[in-house]
Amino acid sequence: MSDFALSQTKETFVLNLGPQHPATHGVLRVKLEMDGEYIVHAEPILGYIHRMHEKMGENRTWAQFMPNTARLDYLGALSYNHGYALAVERAASIEVPERAEYIRVITVELNRIASHLLWFGAYVLDLGGMTPIFYAFDDREQILNLLESVTGARLTFCYFRFGGVYNDIDDSFIAGSREFIKRLRKQMPDYHNLVTKNIIMIKRLKDIGPISPEMVRKYGATGPVMRGSGINYDVRKNEPYSVYPEFDFDIPVYDECDSMARYMVRMDEIEQSMRIIEQALDKLPEGPVMTEKVPKNLKPPKGDYYSAVEAARGVFGCRVVSDGTNTAYRLKLRSPTFSNLSLFGEACQGMLLADALAFMGSLDLVIPEIDR
Amino acid sequence: MIAKIKQQMSEITSAKITETEYAAKGYHLDVEVPADQVVTAAEILDAEKFYLEAVTGVDWMGAKAAELAAKKAAAAKAALDAAKKAAAEAEGEEKPETVAAPVAESVEEVEEDLEEEMEVVYDYNHAEELCRVVVRCRVPRLSPELPTISEVFPGANWHERETHDFFGIKFIGHPDLSPLLLPEDADFHPLLKDFSA
Amino acid sequence: MIPHPETRRVLTPFILPTVVLLPLLAGGLYFVWPLVPGGVQRVLISLVAVIAFAAGNAAYLVWLERKVCAHIQRRIGPKEVGPFGLIQPVVDGIKLMSKQLLIPKGVDKPLFMVAPLLVLVPAIMSFVTIPFSEDLVARNINVGLLMIFAFASVNVLGLLLGGWGSNNKYAVIAAARAVSQNVAYEIPMLITVITMVMVTHTLNLNEIVIQQDGSFWNWYLFRFSASPLMPVAFLIFFICSLAETNRAPFDLGEAESELVAGFHTEYSGMGFGVFFMGEYANIVIGSSLAVILFLGGWQSPVSFLADGFWWFLLKMYFLIFCVMWIRWTYPRTTLWGLLNLSWKVLIPLSLINLLLTSFMVKVWPLLMGAS
Repeated sequence: MSDFALSQTKETFVLNLGPQHPATHGVLRVKLEMDGEYIVHAEPILGYIHRMHEKMGENRTWAQFMPNTARLDYLGALSYNHGYALAVERAASIEVPERAEYIRVITVELNRIASHLLWFGAYVLDLGGMTPIFYAFDDREQILNLLESVTGARLTFCYFRFGGVYNDIDDSFIAGSREFIKRLRKQMPDYHNLVTKNIIMIKRLKDIGPISPEMVRKYGATGPVMRGSGINYDVRKNEPYSVYPEFDFDIPVYDECDSMARYMVRMDEIEQSMRIIEQALDKLPEGPVMTEKVPKNLKPPKGDYYSAVEAARGVFGCRVVSDGTNTAYRLKLRSPTFSNLSLFGEACQGMLLADALAFMGSLDLVIPEIDR
Repeated sequence: MIAKIKQQMSEITSAKITETEYAAKGYHLDVEVPADQVVTAAEILDAEKFYLEAVTGVDWMGAKAAELAAKKAAAAKAALDAAKKAAAEAEGEEKPETVAAPVAESVEEVEEDLEEEMEVVYDYNHAEELCRVVVRCRVPRLSPELPTISEVFPGANWHERETHDFFGIKFIGHPDLSPLLLPEDADFHPLLKDFSA
Repeated sequence: MIPHPETRRVLTPFILPTVVLLPLLAGGLYFVWPLVPGGVQRVLISLVAVIAFAAGNAAYLVWLERKVCAHIQRRIGPKEVGPFGLIQPVVDGIKLMSKQLLIPKGVDKPLFMVAPLLVLVPAIMSFVTIPFSEDLVARNINVGLLMIFAFASVNVLGLLLGGWGSNNKYAVIAAARAVSQNVAYEIPMLITVITMVMVTHTLNLNEIVIQQDGSFWNWYLFRFSASPLMPVAFLIFFICSLAETNRAPFDLGEAESELVAGFHTEYSGMGFGVFFMGEYANIVIGSSLAVILFLGGWQSPVSFLADGFWWFLLKMYFLIFCVMWIRWTYPRTTLWGLLNLSWKVLIPLSLINLLLTSFMVKVWPLLMGAS
């Protein structure tokens, strides 16, 4: 920071956004070439918290890797549990009891709401509004309490097992979930009145960070980024897994392609997740939550298997290559924000610094998941 | 859609196309193409509005290489022991490197006659219709090179960089293969089967 | 923050002076004031009083801000140090003063050191001419209004020098923002003030307040005979004073999600503390001016209640509360949005107001007189 790297020909300078910066939500560094307040060129620099989870997967048994999945996207950890469990269950042809599937859906959707709420608070914080995050955290806290009562963890969940879940939910959890949904239903109009309809908010998000559907496809961006650009794709609908086909819910899609569209997708997804949870609680069947036939020392047959789930930030894919032993031969974790962030450099050219940060926030980055 | 892609892919010379059972594998079409045809495959899928989900590698190091890796590890250990021993004997006067040198040479000799392969895997998906296509490409392990598809899918840029980080696979024509996730001066490839920290 | 019991014991003696003595002192000063003879003594005493008032306000407005924001955010705020956390500002002050004044490598030292003073000193100087009540004014100057604006325009120089001298890119961007923002908002603010001067025919703040004697409908805020746009003028003035003091939603100079801490990124200890005090002193000045120009100063809103400095303080602190309320409710605008608001909305509006007022005040009586 001590010298101004002014070149002879161009009147630009380099600004390092991060690795420690209030807006990067973690250890992400973006090297910005600036012309005054305009960004000429942006290059995200990753890897500050790279932990080589994929190598760890090759060094420990299938079940031992489950806790690692929660350390990727610590805000939506259960989706990652789910994705990994689905891939291994597919490889080892393990059936999951119906009650366990319902519990999985309920907890994953609760986790998705928690993740979106945190994003909502942090995003407004990025834009300089400091109050909403406290309200969002208050609501999120209720979810964490609920999930803690059943999974034993508040952030890095390791709740799913191959063939079910580790712990059955009880009546207090069900009652608590219903209570929470009632509470959040009451809160959502407040959020919309105070934040969504706020004139400054609208001015800062409308037409900022446009991503065309073609660009989304070329970069493989998924999740709310994709749905905010008018592409109706959600793994839960397009490639149904678990018991999602049994629920009636909509996929919010907005055609505006801007930050506001991505914001709206996430806000609407909270409502849809609440719908799913309500239906799942109503339909919850009795029965075991764990298949009994799963061997302790799991050895899936040789071959490679792929499984994708809709995590809070997009498609989490898990490619598993088994050589018939009790450890994975190769474990590829396809994280959504890695692809979502890769379009940042191209999309924010010529943007103002403040707009670029509003745009970056709308991508909902979680750095451990990018760096893996 | 599956049939359409299958038909178009079959026009690529020496492409091995297998239709897989989705429920068991998680994808519909498995296409193996030679290294110089990955761009063609990408172009076919691009024209059909597929998006690229991920690019990754698999190190298919066989028994021979595993043996070599074990030998290498043993040699390293022996060198370390010898160095320790020498250091203990000479009480820090002699340099331990002189002891390690002959062992390293013998390892390099074995490396010459290896014929192992690495695989690059491209996962494609379609947003409107459920159709997952896996394109694979085998490259020799000692000179892993294949053309980049980042011209067709700009999103492949980072995925290929990551694959280069982890496996040392060179994507010819890639704009920037400097380490993405690893430290900027990293000269190792951690996902190789003969890598040990 | 839970202080050590020992810390608490040490701090307890401070409770009495802050809670009891300060108001007593202020009240005492009010009654003693008319007895103080003119001349040097009066100047000295008023100087001390003004500095004490500015510093005390800066300290306790931080406390108030923290309490207000906490309650807006469903929290409690400072509560451990002293009753309701009232000693918190004292502790904060001690902390800031005991911190090392870090001067980073490569800074322009004179500029770096003088910048915080350039923010704080003009703000304190402005207090000299603020009439808290008819008598309670350090120096009743005939061009008081002009003097305050002369001092207020120095403020931006402090931000610019601080940012420039820091040798930090974030700080330089922030300084550039602060300058363009201050230049843009000084224009509508001054046009509004010119309008007011046209109505009041004076630059003397005391006289302006006296003109608003009587009940609240005599305040200039509701003086529709002068201009039907008076409430709009008040709004313009208020928005501009927000922008001039770099308060949210116009705090672009210290937008922490973009520029880390803006122009004071490199400041530590009291360097930062002085900037902070300057900011709050400026808020007090802005709110005081709004009260004097539009809300009748020390005049009671209804005629059966006695006038006095308490009315002035009540109105001023209410405006300050509004400033805080806005800060904790709204997100930040962008520089472009901010400049657009000034150049495309506020300046035309204030010009229309100026034209309308000059018509109402100067031309209309002429026409009436002629008929």
